[in-house]
Amino acid sequence: MSGGVDSAVAAARAVEAGHEVVGVHLALSRMPGTLRTGSRGCCTVEDSMDAQRAANIIGIPYYVWDFSERFKLDVVDDFIAEYAAGRTPNPCMRCNERIKFAALLEKAIDLGFDAVATGHYATILTDADGNRELHRASAWAKDQSYVLGVLTQDQLAHSMFPLGATPSKAEVRAEAAERGFSVATKPDSYDICFIPDGDTRGWLAERVPSATGDILDRDGNTLGRHEGAAAFTVGQRKGLQIGTPAADGKPRFVLEVRPITNTVVVGPKEALAIKEISGTKFTWCGVAPAHPEIAFDCDVQIRAHADPVPAVAQVVSTDRGTGDGIDGVELRILPATPLTGVAPGQTAVVYLGTRVLGQCTIDRTVSAVPVAPSVAAAHA
Amino acid sequence: MAVYLDHAATTPMLPGAIAAFTEAMTVVGNPASIHSQGQLKKRMLEEARETVAASVGCDPIEVVFTAGGTESVNLGIKGLFWARTPRRRILVPGGEHHATVDTVEWLERHEGAVIDWLPLDEHGRVAPAVLARAIAAHPDEIALVTLLAANNEVGTIQPVEEIAALAATHGIPVHVDAVAAYGHVPIDFGVLSRGGVSAVSVSAHKIGGPVGIGALILSRRATVEPLLHGGGQQRQVRSGTQDVAAAVAFAVAAAAAGDDLPGENARIARLRQAVVDGVLAVVPTALLNGDPDPARHLPGTAHFSFPGCEGDSLLFLLDAAGVAVSTGSACQAGIPEPSHVLRAMGRSEVEARGALRITLGRTSTMADVDALLAALPAAHAHASRAGMADRVPGR
Repeated sequence: MSGGVDSAVAAARAVEAGHEVVGVHLALSRMPGTLRTGSRGCCTVEDSMDAQRAANIIGIPYYVWDFSERFKLDVVDDFIAEYAAGRTPNPCMRCNERIKFAALLEKAIDLGFDAVATGHYATILTDADGNRELHRASAWAKDQSYVLGVLTQDQLAHSMFPLGATPSKAEVRAEAAERGFSVATKPDSYDICFIPDGDTRGWLAERVPSATGDILDRDGNTLGRHEGAAAFTVGQRKGLQIGTPAADGKPRFVLEVRPITNTVVVGPKEALAIKEISGTKFTWCGVAPAHPEIAFDCDVQIRAHADPVPAVAQVVSTDRGTGDGIDGVELRILPATPLTGVAPGQTAVVYLGTRVLGQCTIDRTVSAVPVAPSVAAAHA
Repeated sequence: MAVYLDHAATTPMLPGAIAAFTEAMTVVGNPASIHSQGQLKKRMLEEARETVAASVGCDPIEVVFTAGGTESVNLGIKGLFWARTPRRRILVPGGEHHATVDTVEWLERHEGAVIDWLPLDEHGRVAPAVLARAIAAHPDEIALVTLLAANNEVGTIQPVEEIAALAATHGIPVHVDAVAAYGHVPIDFGVLSRGGVSAVSVSAHKIGGPVGIGALILSRRATVEPLLHGGGQQRQVRSGTQDVAAAVAFAVAAAAAGDDLPGENARIARLRQAVVDGVLAVVPTALLNGDPDPARHLPGTAHFSFPGCEGDSLLFLLDAAGVAVSTGSACQAGIPEPSHVLRAMGRSEVEARGALRITLGRTSTMADVDALLAALPAAHAHASRAGMADRVPGR
C-alpha cells in the first residue's frame, strides 16, 4: 500500500473477496545520515500515514517493511548505471522485477502469505491447463500490463490485481470516496518516485560523471560539443546547442548516445524511425511459446503509454560473426511500421492480443533510414 | 484480548489514575490564579507534586513537571549544558535513548558541544574506569555527564552512583535518564543528589500514569537554562500553565509504583525467568542480551537476538498470533532500525537486526508468557525462512 488510491481500493476488494489481508507499505528510500531520519520520495511519512489510515478503515493490520537497501542497489543504482552506459532504463519495471514481485513476494511467502496483491491495472487469467496468463486491464487507458511484463509464470501464480476489471480510474476514485478513504482525491504520481522534484536530468547530473565530448552527425562530422553524453536521451531535440543549422534547415534530434566514446549522434527526425529492435535479456510471461525460434505475429509496445504496433518476433542466434565471443540468443522484433522514440535500455513488451507474452530489454536498434557505412562500422 | 508484552513502550493506565484524571478535569481553575478556584487547583497540583517527590526521595520543590520523558531529558541536558558555558564537552555512553542521542547531537551541530561517547561493555554497562579516564583527559572542559539509569532496550542497570561520585570530585553535574528504571528499581534522589546527580528524568506513562506528563527531578542546588520562556512557573525553569489533572493522575501511579515494589519485582522476575527459559528452549540459538546478573537488569525486561531472523518479521508474526512485543525502542514511521544499543555493545548488524524485546508489567500473567511461548515456534520457523530476504546479500 503506497499511500495512493489504487492500492487502498485493491486492498479493500481483496478483503471483500474473502482473503485474509495484511497491508504492507514499502519503505524504499531513506535519507543518508542518521538512521532515524524519515523516508522521502515514494515513501514519505505522509504517504505511509495515508496508507495506514486506509488500512484502518478497511480494518486490516498494517506494517512498514524496509526494502530501502535492496531498492537502492537493484533500482536506484541500476538506474544510474544504465544512464551512465547510455541507455534509458525503466525503474518501475525494475522495481516490479526485483522488489515487489521478487524480494517482497519471497519474504511474504516465507512468512506464510500466499500472494501479493497490488493496485496495478492488469488482469490474470487461468488457461484450461491451469497456467496463469497476464492480460491487459479491461480499461486500456489505464492498462499497466506493460510494467508487469517482467513477471514469470511462478510470480503470476502468487500475484493478484484486484483492479484489473475496473472500467476507469474515476470508478476507483468514486469507490474510494464511498469507502471513506482520505486518498480518494489524492493526485496520481507520474514521476520517478525517488526523484521527488521530477528533475530527472538534474538528479542524474549529480550522480553520473560527465565529461565534455563531441556531437556528431550520422556521417561522423563534428557539429559541436556537449557537457556529458549521459545527459542525452534518444529523441531529444532541445538543449543540443549546435551553432550551425542543418543543411536542410530542419531541426536535429539525438539519434544515439555512445558512452564509450562519449559522443552524441544527431540527425533528422526521419532517422529516429526504428525498423528492428532486439535484446538478449528477455523473459516469457506465463507459459513460453513452444517454438519461439519460428517467427510469429504479435504486437510490440515500447513504452508504458505507447500504442502497440503489429510486429513479427523471433528468437535468433546472437552470433553475428564478429568474433567477439558473445554467443547466445536474443529476441528480435520487426515492427510492421517503424517505431519512434526507442532507445537501448527501454523494455519492449510483446503481446498476443490482450495477453502479455514476454519482454526484452532493448540493447540494439536498427534505423529505418540507412546509415553511412563508416558510421555503421563504428556502431557495430 | 491480545497478549500485551510491550510494557516498556507504555503500560496500561491504572484504573485509579484514570478516575483521578477525569475527576480532576471537572474542576475549573488555573493553579496560578489568585482566587479560590485557582487555590483549589494549586492545592491539587502541589499534593500531586509531594506524592511524586516522595516516590523518588526528593523535595517537592525539586519536581519540575514536564510534558514527558523527552522534554525532561532535553531540559536536563540542554539546560545544564547552557548553564555550564563556556564548558563544551558532554560525556555520554553509547546506546542511550534517542531522546539523549539526538539532543547531544543537536548541541554538537548548533551549540558547539563536543561529545565524548563512552564505550559499553558486552552487557551494555559503562565502566566507571572508562568515565574516570574521560574526565581525566579534559577535567576542566566538561559541561555535564548524562547517562541512563537502566537501558530502555536491553534493561541493563548502570552504576549511576559510582559514576556520579567520580563526576562530583570534579564538580561536574550529572543528568540521569531514569525513564525506563522509574517504578522498577528504587530511586533515592536524596542519596543521588548528595552524590553528585543534578537532575533525573522520569515519565508517568511508563508506570501506569497518563501519556503527556513527566518530570525533571532537579536538585535545588542545580542551575539550568530553561527551554520554555513565559509565565515563570516552576522555579522559572518550565513556564506554561500546569496540567493539574495529569499531575494528579501521575501521582496516583507514582504512589502505586512504590507499593510492595520488592514483592511485585519478585513476581515479575519469575515471569521473566519463564520467558527466558521458554524462549531458549524453543530457540536454542537465541542470545539473551543485557547484564545476566539479576541485580543489574530491569526485572521485567527480556531482550533477545535471534540470529538469521529479522526482528520485524518475528514481531509481525507474533502480532498476527495475538502477541504484542517490540524490536526495541518505538520507531519513526514504523520502520524498524537495527538496534543502536546492540551495536554499541559490539554486536554485529545481523544480531542487531534480529532483536526482540519482551517486557512485562503489572498486568502480566503466566498466561501471557504461555501464549508467547505457544506462538514462538511457528513464528521463528517462518521468520527464519524469510531470513534477511530484504537485505542486500553479503552485508
